[in-house]
Amino acid sequence: MKFGVIVFPGSNCDHDAWYAVSNNLGRPAEYIWHDSHSLGDVDAVILPGGFSYGDYLRCGAIAKFSPVMAAVRRFAEDGGLVIGICNGFQILVETGLLPGALIRNRNLRFICKPVELKVQTVDSPFTNAAGKGQSLCLPIAHGEGCYYADERTLDELEAEDRVAFRYVRNPNGSLRDIAGILNRERNVLGMMPHPERATEPLMGCRDGLVVFQSMAAALAYRS
Amino acid sequence: MSVITPELIEQHQLTQSEYEKIVALLGREPTYTELGIFSVMWSEHCSYKSSRLHLKKLPTRSRLVLQGPGENAGIIDIGGGYAIAFKIESHNHPSFIEPFQGAATGVGGILRDIFTMGARPIAVMDSLRFGPLDDPEAGKRNARILTGVVEGIAHYGNCFGVPTVGGECVFESCYNGNPLVNVFALGVFKKDDIFYAHASGVGNPVIYVGAKTGRDGIHGASMASAEFTEESQQKRPNVQVGDPFMEKLLLEACLEAMQTGAIVGIQDMGAAGLTCSTCEMGSRGGTGIEIELDRVPQRAAHMTPYEIMLSESQERMLLVAAKGREEEVFRVFRKWGLDAVTIGEVTGDGLLRVRQHGEVVAEIPNRELADEAPLYDRPHTPPPPPAPAPEIPPAEPGAALLSLLASGDLCSKRWIWEQYDYMVRTNTVQGPGGDAAVVRIKETGTSIAMALDGSGRYCKLSPREGARLAVAECCRNLSTVGALPVAATNCLNFGNPEKPEIMGQLVEAIEGMGEACRFFETPITGGNVSLYNETLGEGVFPTPVLGIVGLMKTALPPSIDFKQPGRAVILLGGAGTAGAPRFGGTQYSKVMLKQMWGLPPLLDMDYEKRVQAAMREIVAAELAESAHDLSDGGLAVAAAEACFGPSATGAELDLDSDLRPEFLLFHEGPSRILLSTSAPDKVAEIAARHGVEAPRVGSTAPGRLVVRNRGQVLLDHAILELRDAWENALEHHLRG
Repeated sequence: MKFGVIVFPGSNCDHDAWYAVSNNLGRPAEYIWHDSHSLGDVDAVILPGGFSYGDYLRCGAIAKFSPVMAAVRRFAEDGGLVIGICNGFQILVETGLLPGALIRNRNLRFICKPVELKVQTVDSPFTNAAGKGQSLCLPIAHGEGCYYADERTLDELEAEDRVAFRYVRNPNGSLRDIAGILNRERNVLGMMPHPERATEPLMGCRDGLVVFQSMAAALAYRS
Repeated sequence: MSVITPELIEQHQLTQSEYEKIVALLGREPTYTELGIFSVMWSEHCSYKSSRLHLKKLPTRSRLVLQGPGENAGIIDIGGGYAIAFKIESHNHPSFIEPFQGAATGVGGILRDIFTMGARPIAVMDSLRFGPLDDPEAGKRNARILTGVVEGIAHYGNCFGVPTVGGECVFESCYNGNPLVNVFALGVFKKDDIFYAHASGVGNPVIYVGAKTGRDGIHGASMASAEFTEESQQKRPNVQVGDPFMEKLLLEACLEAMQTGAIVGIQDMGAAGLTCSTCEMGSRGGTGIEIELDRVPQRAAHMTPYEIMLSESQERMLLVAAKGREEEVFRVFRKWGLDAVTIGEVTGDGLLRVRQHGEVVAEIPNRELADEAPLYDRPHTPPPPPAPAPEIPPAEPGAALLSLLASGDLCSKRWIWEQYDYMVRTNTVQGPGGDAAVVRIKETGTSIAMALDGSGRYCKLSPREGARLAVAECCRNLSTVGALPVAATNCLNFGNPEKPEIMGQLVEAIEGMGEACRFFETPITGGNVSLYNETLGEGVFPTPVLGIVGLMKTALPPSIDFKQPGRAVILLGGAGTAGAPRFGGTQYSKVMLKQMWGLPPLLDMDYEKRVQAAMREIVAAELAESAHDLSDGGLAVAAAEACFGPSATGAELDLDSDLRPEFLLFHEGPSRILLSTSAPDKVAEIAARHGVEAPRVGSTAPGRLVVRNRGQVLLDHAILELRDAWENALEHHLRG
């Protein structure tokens, strides 16, 4: 079971994701460069946080044209596990693998702080090791993390049990307190909070590890 | 070619005697381009001509120092085969003119200083000083500057991917027209992977990498000479624009290129751009450098040699590669999508030779240009005698505490630091809001603690004592989290050194800093001097800012806040002594009395050192459940801040002192740390062994902070009331 961490120019949480998986989850992880056309033999993909291509134009807007994203799309369509964290979530939304958009925080400022989330569904490869309604304390660090979608999409997300996490105290104005969502097939997750930044006691807590443990469990079950 | 007129010389801020030195050195009149080159290299900023003589008084060596002043950053050995590079630098003037870009490029510049040596930046801190937000005239502008500076720092640091883990933010009227923005950065690398800014190996290619050169940042923008307009088609504002994404690429590409083994020397292009990087690398390597400006990647058309050499466009580096191995370097930069071009080569003649279209436009000996700048022993006068203390009226301590907690200097800075990504890289063991930041090094299993401290008010009263106090406090911050202070960097922010009283402040502060750094065994490994911080003839307070780093094992340090009721509260170091003559620099005097007089608090360096040694031992023995050093605002403010943790645990303190309430609660005597523990006897035993007072002053308790002296209640507040005043003040001030 191997995790691939995509590295775009401007990714800056790539090392953190790699460290969380290889050191704190204890599974192999490797970096995949943005211009590669194949994902190799990885079993799950992490789109890490950062400022891909400088995030000029719009967060994630340029990354969607990179060669590796075509490979990620194929991988997702084949049922592979893809998690996008922060900038990774923004990229997934830009590529259309997830619905909606991420717009500027309501206070128009970058916000970095730990926030409380509630797990909304355990029926996913990213949350199966958590309890429904379980409280997680994870850091956020973003300027454009306000989740936005039209009413119908929001209703649909809720009706299909695709809201993975909600904020307990909404920090950024996200509609319906949404912090993370799944695609319809439930193999793609995007979330603004950083689970990789909460994977050992020195980081403040290990609440984020459950996301990676869930992925490992799902992959083990598949194989 | 232009004729060098006295006006032109003056516009380049060179004196007649400096010009004569140039002529003697060249054996002829300089060209226009050469005049520009000399003017930047011999500027105060690059040459330290007013301060160099005195900076020599600072200690710069220790067993751990691998690189002292003179390189891009200082380096110390942290054990386990690893080293850290760190430095602080000012970006004061640009931040006043254009707060967002000024601060952003300040961050960018210091980050380049770190990774140009081969170290990966892992932490940034900022020391900020602004005019007061409630200033009737300048308040709105001050708020705008603060907002812009903070956004600029956040923009650059967050995008680059380095955590901003701490700093300080202070308000004083003297910074109304002259804010101070000092940025500290620290990076880590293997001891064997250090790169230096040396050009060696005759025939080796000189390679330019990174952003293209434009007309931004050319100092000539302040000049309106006929010659300047004649040679340059247009003048651009003297503002540099930062691109953190480009810098991130440059970081990754440089570190990767260094791994090839093909790089001989490397230096970033900061102040004085291509000029400074070429002649300094040549001077350090004892070589010459010849470059052809036609090969320099340019953003604008028809740039003159003068403009290209003096441009301060950001995100550029100059490196020397081993001849024949250029392609290995180019391959890496291509991968990261960056320009990398051979613009010249190392020569054996010791000259900086600049050509354009094949013609020589400048030819100057490197060593003389870089190292033979004028050196001045400027006249300096001792500081004036201290002003006598006024009558200090009695006041209600509770109201005073609330006012102090809501004041600009003491209120919570959360509004600022929540805009900084202080966690990226997942090494931040303690981030902003603590006495010191703690960042672990994954590679060694140990941690680095770091703190910034300046002391404008104290230094205004006594530059020598103020500088010593800043060193002591910075070290105390580190000891409070259990770290051993080992090395320092400094940023000296002063007014116009041509005024003897200002020069006197600089000399006194440097000497005081030297004494303290020697005593606390924290040599200065580098830094920056920022002079002429004056607007309309009014100088800032003398403001030396210290950045000190300490070593510790990786563990969660005791944080400021009381954790649970029923713990013993100990005032390590004791209540101290205070009187009116040394109360005039306190926050109480500033906020409640709006006055300043006398001298700063008295520092006994020997006692301070023992208090800190005791504290480190207490932390190492895991006896401190919380710890907070006493500084601005004294005992009352420190005790209140200890109540602001998530558990909102308060305390009941019973003091036994002859001091009047204002002095007892708010004096700022150093060498004191407030800690809570479940093992007071063991703490007392350690303190006694170090010959340090450690009275048990009370216990932690739920919900309230109560302070009594000999039975008389001085303070009695609900934590929430205090917290509310402290937590919301800054945002309230900013909204006006």
